[in-house]
Amino acid sequence: MSHYSVFSVLKGGLTSQRNWSRAWRDPAPREAYDVIIIGGGGHGLATAYYLAKEHGITNVAVLEKGWLGGGNTGRNTTIVRSNYMLEDNAHFYEKSLQLWEGLSVDLNYNVMFSQRGVLNLAHSDAQMDAYSRRGNAMRLNGIDAELLNREQVRQYAPMLDFTDNARFPIVGGLLQPRGGTARHDAVAWGLARGADRLGVDIIQNCEVTGFHIENGTVKGVETSRGPIRAEKVGVAVAGHTSHVMAMAGVTLPIESHLLQAFVSEPLKPFIDGVVTFGAGHCYISQSDKGGLVFGGDLDGYNSYAQRGNLPLIEHLGEEVCAMIPSVGRLRLLRHWAGIMDMTMDGSPIIGKTPVQGLYLNGGWCYGGFKATPGSGWVFAHTIAHDEPHWINKGLDLARFREGRMVDERGAGPVPGAH
Amino acid sequence: MSRIDGFGRIDRSKPLSFTFDGKTYQGFEGDTLASALLANGVSLVGRSFKYHRPRGVFSAGPEEPNALVALRSGARREPNTRATMVELYDGLVAESQNRWPSLAFDVQAVNQVFARFLPAGFYYKTFMGPFANTRLWMMFEHVIRRAAGMGSATYETDPDTYARRSVHCDVLVVGGGPSGLSAALAASETGARVILIDEHAEFGGRLRQDRYDIDGMPAADWVAKSLATLASRDTVRLLSRTSAFGYYDNNMIGCVERVTDHLAVPVDHKPRQRWWQIRAAQVVLATGALEQPLVFGNNDRPGVMLAGAVRAYLNQFGVLPGKRAVIFTSGDDAYRTALDLTAAGAQVMAVVDSRDTAQSALTQAVRDAGIEVLTGHAVVDTHGSPTLQRVDVMPLTGGTVREFTCDLLAMSGGWQPSVHLSSQTGAKPVWNAELSCFLPGVPKRPERSAGSAAGHFTLYGCLSEGSVRGLEAAKAAGFSATGTFAIPQVDIERFAPTAPLWEAPDPPPGLFGGHPKKFVDHQDDVAASDIQLAHREGYISVEHLKRYTTLGMGTDQGKTSNLTGLAIMAALRGEPIEKVGTTTFRPPYTPISIGAMGGSERGQQYKPRRRSPMHDWHDARVGEWVPAGLWDRPRHYPATPGESMRDAYIRETRQTRGSVGICDVTTLGKIDLQGPDALDFINRIYANGFSNLPVGKVRYGLMLREDGMVLDDGTVARLGETHYVITTTTANAVPVMAKIEFLLQAVWPELKVKATSVTEQYAAIAVAGPKAREVMQRVVDLDVSNAAFPFMACAPCRTKDGVPGRLFRISFSGELAYEIAVPSDYGQQVWDALMAAGREFDIVPYGLEALGNMRIEKGHVAGSELDGRTTADDLGLGKMLSKKKDFIGKALAFRPGMTGETRKKLVGLVPVDGRSSLPNGSQIVSVDHTDPPVKMLGHVTANGFSPERNIPVALALLEGGLAREGETVLVTHPLKNIAVQARVTGPVFVDPEGKRLHD
Amino acid sequence: MFQFKCPHCGLRDANEFTYGGDATIAWPDLGASEQEWFDAVYQRENPRGPHREYWHHAGGCRQWVVVDRDTLTHEIHGCRAASETQK
Repeated sequence: MSHYSVFSVLKGGLTSQRNWSRAWRDPAPREAYDVIIIGGGGHGLATAYYLAKEHGITNVAVLEKGWLGGGNTGRNTTIVRSNYMLEDNAHFYEKSLQLWEGLSVDLNYNVMFSQRGVLNLAHSDAQMDAYSRRGNAMRLNGIDAELLNREQVRQYAPMLDFTDNARFPIVGGLLQPRGGTARHDAVAWGLARGADRLGVDIIQNCEVTGFHIENGTVKGVETSRGPIRAEKVGVAVAGHTSHVMAMAGVTLPIESHLLQAFVSEPLKPFIDGVVTFGAGHCYISQSDKGGLVFGGDLDGYNSYAQRGNLPLIEHLGEEVCAMIPSVGRLRLLRHWAGIMDMTMDGSPIIGKTPVQGLYLNGGWCYGGFKATPGSGWVFAHTIAHDEPHWINKGLDLARFREGRMVDERGAGPVPGAH
Repeated sequence: MSRIDGFGRIDRSKPLSFTFDGKTYQGFEGDTLASALLANGVSLVGRSFKYHRPRGVFSAGPEEPNALVALRSGARREPNTRATMVELYDGLVAESQNRWPSLAFDVQAVNQVFARFLPAGFYYKTFMGPFANTRLWMMFEHVIRRAAGMGSATYETDPDTYARRSVHCDVLVVGGGPSGLSAALAASETGARVILIDEHAEFGGRLRQDRYDIDGMPAADWVAKSLATLASRDTVRLLSRTSAFGYYDNNMIGCVERVTDHLAVPVDHKPRQRWWQIRAAQVVLATGALEQPLVFGNNDRPGVMLAGAVRAYLNQFGVLPGKRAVIFTSGDDAYRTALDLTAAGAQVMAVVDSRDTAQSALTQAVRDAGIEVLTGHAVVDTHGSPTLQRVDVMPLTGGTVREFTCDLLAMSGGWQPSVHLSSQTGAKPVWNAELSCFLPGVPKRPERSAGSAAGHFTLYGCLSEGSVRGLEAAKAAGFSATGTFAIPQVDIERFAPTAPLWEAPDPPPGLFGGHPKKFVDHQDDVAASDIQLAHREGYISVEHLKRYTTLGMGTDQGKTSNLTGLAIMAALRGEPIEKVGTTTFRPPYTPISIGAMGGSERGQQYKPRRRSPMHDWHDARVGEWVPAGLWDRPRHYPATPGESMRDAYIRETRQTRGSVGICDVTTLGKIDLQGPDALDFINRIYANGFSNLPVGKVRYGLMLREDGMVLDDGTVARLGETHYVITTTTANAVPVMAKIEFLLQAVWPELKVKATSVTEQYAAIAVAGPKAREVMQRVVDLDVSNAAFPFMACAPCRTKDGVPGRLFRISFSGELAYEIAVPSDYGQQVWDALMAAGREFDIVPYGLEALGNMRIEKGHVAGSELDGRTTADDLGLGKMLSKKKDFIGKALAFRPGMTGETRKKLVGLVPVDGRSSLPNGSQIVSVDHTDPPVKMLGHVTANGFSPERNIPVALALLEGGLAREGETVLVTHPLKNIAVQARVTGPVFVDPEGKRLHD
Repeated sequence: MFQFKCPHCGLRDANEFTYGGDATIAWPDLGASEQEWFDAVYQRENPRGPHREYWHHAGGCRQWVVVDRDTLTHEIHGCRAASETQK
């Protein structure tokens, strides 16, 4: 297994790149494992990685029906932040952000985590008050946050609409300087390589088709490559959570919705951090390759189709042009869609299920990518100890029944509204 | 100049002047920027993304990976514009990109020297530093971000406009080449409504660029005749300069028309571009095919061009891209290029054909012309700096290298049908081994591909298949052929079989060993060796390959690289191409401007603006407008020009409470409910009871969501036996109406209730304060005395000048107050009458700030408390929940998490020092809190200043609620470095007994 | 973009409509148990395939309709007035 460093890259240059080996093995599935993780996206891979690294559980298989990172890991707009107001979210996402800060070195794989800041724009004093409430909660939770006035926003992001022609003039904004972006594919690959090095079997093209459950306890899974036994099975299949959990007889407070993402042609540096529009719903940043990456609302209907439609595309065009008056001259290069597990309170579910030994990690709504390492970390803990970590205790499935919703937007049990 | 007389469709009588990198050149009308540059001998036009290698024009169409320029200047600057798609206009200004200080001398070209250390994905393996949390990567990233990207963009506001258009048709034909024209002719002949679109300025497709005869006339004449026929049919719409970028659900095709991009600036109020939503019953995809390049050493040098592009420059633009040419091909088609070049007077040094044999009429014609044909050979390396001077040719099996001096290498690796649009519908492209290309998959929508888009690579195939598919589409749309339809007469071409060459062999090792890079993706500098590396490291699925190497991720979207890259990976994996698969063809087909996406909805037009009927009156006096959703509401009315917002709202509060104030409350939602079951319905949707509400009375109402949280509050007025009008908050007017409609239609259709939103129909004005009665009495023709019109009374009324309206004795301010609703058109008249009547009482208009301040003083909840997370009990309204009836939200309102002592409940706060304000958004912690994470007890929801009590006041949601009354807490706003000690009080600061309401 | 054949207005583009979620869930009686309401408000089959759902013709006749649509292919198989389906 090649260790990555500047020296190995130099060596590669001198040996026609013959010094590199596979980033992860391609093993055939064994008959049984201690733990099976369903889903080879960022969350599943992170769970396997931390199971091995933090809990010494290495007899683990990650089962992926297609190719690693082919779901939302490779489809999102790569934003990482922990600017949450409610405690259950704040502690969790902050843990995740802290893990991001050390992830590249930890994995020996540059996931290009770059903390250029996440700025939420405010267009009225009432919105500034709402951001103050959130920002103050962040600060009291030990999370960085700064309130910017209009001039400070202009300095941070001069391309925004500061003209008299703005329909909703910018009043200020809430900045999380430690927020930023990462290279989404690299996260999946780096975690896969990291987990593989610790002994985890990563098995692609292996679709789970059913569960073996006896007396309410999980015994293994049925797959397109045969049955595999395990006493503990973790599900991390964002977008398809309802579908997979239905095979185990569990109905969830989740709807699958389409979220589109957009990237422009590559440009020289145009926008530094992540900026979100407060008079609508649009977030924009620039990738290291130079493309402006942006997205906004859901298409607004249940879907598993992974392709969106024109009304939302036009809507996003309106939003981004209203936000950045010069952007009309630039060109859209690609747009695509992912399937979001939208929960009834807009927050994720990580924890135990009614089936003993079956653990659920899903319902990520918009927020799955930034949660990747934190999600894996707490999920690994939950699986290893059959008990949630205090950080994800409030994000359990039972909260809906018990009326402990973690509703950051206050939109209520309307999944598409979060 | 390399213009050839007798060739080309440019208008030589119309010379146009343009500049590239500051130097002035001349072209002609009909040129593209690329053809004009080539005509002027400009062969170096750009630098590649990663290694900054010199690059020239590669193609003649939308697939161009190299010739990207910044077009125009100032606010109209358009980076990354493909010179091959830019129509030349007089005064055009273009600049090369991704180079410094100049195109010829680019400092970052040094990257080429280090290219061996910069293979695919090198950045994943380094720049992360030995220690965590050092942000080392961000230092490298700073440099990398500046090196990456292609063009640079302006921050100046885009001065142009964009339009949108939506149309329906029976048959949409995408692509106006021979197949598309035939399809449109055949389809429209049936009477079907046909739209024919083409991305270029002129229809004709390859017929503009190749020398064919059709029906005994030059192809151009046939195109002109066909277009004339189509134009004569009033059911046909022809759209040139229009790109179909995406295929969406229910057969909607998204297109962008470049209306005025071929002009220096848009004229005659025309938009720059127009966005078309075309809804077609049936679609014919005659999108053509894209020629694929070959992969060999240094295949990226300026002067290396697609063979079809060479013919395009010759036949369409009259430009000879080189005087001495070598042709490198794996199929017959490029032999045409040899013939055309010879006809134009160029010298063709050799045709290098990778096939073992090449026997057809076409190849024989080339041999007959005396051109050397080398079968079983490949070009393995090129030389020349920066432009091509020589190529090395070697047998595929190895052996002696022959050198050919040339300034043009025309290559052809076969043609790949443009299956993008059909693929977007979910029809997975199918590999065809015989043709060595992907063909469109089985259609999943009412569409079919025609011509070369379906793998018919002869002209006869295009014309005949086009007709057949066009007719088929019209029939499927419900039309039938009325006459006979003759397929045009053309020569039948027979080609020798193609045999793909995905990667040419390496040349013999040079003096220092190593091999030249063989580029697959020219824009992103992805070489065959990068694909090998990806394979070695296990990134072998197509998507991993693409993402790891950035293959096909450039602005050309892999149009000339995806297929070859896939084939090379398949070879490395030892599997057939169909097993390895294809990547997803994501829309748009070609990049489209974001301005067209946004249409005209930007700037002030981003969202409509809702205004009350009294808007102009306010506008003349308002200090500041506040957006409330789409509404504008006055914030305050300064009495003197310098009066601050704070001074103004305190004065407005004081004057209202001291005498009388007037406020525009039009924005509140108003819903009219009528019918025998209206009371029953109201009892279901509100949490409190209304059964004993008499006619002529109003009651406060509280609505819960199904999950038991508070949704909205407002008033319910019983105007008649079966007639109610309810109000909602401004923010919830729309959702509450939609919900009422849902309940009445989908849940309880048996209820006889009619709901009508009347928000826009009425202007609403609140008059509040001890003198409110006297003012109102002077205006309305109704006894408003306490006896005749007590608190919570309502009645229809007329003003003294005859305006009909409704009067309500309700109060948000806590004062004696009335609200009058009159038809919107009379709003200003009644407002004026009230102002006039109030003059002697010094009536004061008050804005949103004073309105909010007074409700805070009274402890009335509003939007900042109704935040979707609060229960009725949290807001001190728990007693309102009826025990006598069932209502929406009741069943789930008492779950354990929504009850209990730890809930945050409504309280009042006053500063301990009596002076400091308690800013909105502050969190509440205990006075002896320690470092983060700090336990938060609650937060301030709204704050103001009570002139009556002469103290800042605030409402807050606080854990434990009123059980903490009298306690001191810390109100803290760390973002502003503010912390104030506050005392917990009840939430009502003024007139707690409500005496003023009832007097 | 979807098109729905609104029973009142005819074939109309989806951007005149707003989405209303799963239409197979029957609203419980207001007096039904907490469990029944929990199931109706929170629990979703969320099928990958045929889905019966509410749409509101908010930019048209303001009527709620019930649409049969496939969540995997986006094919639309029918559109009826919501009031009809309840009778």
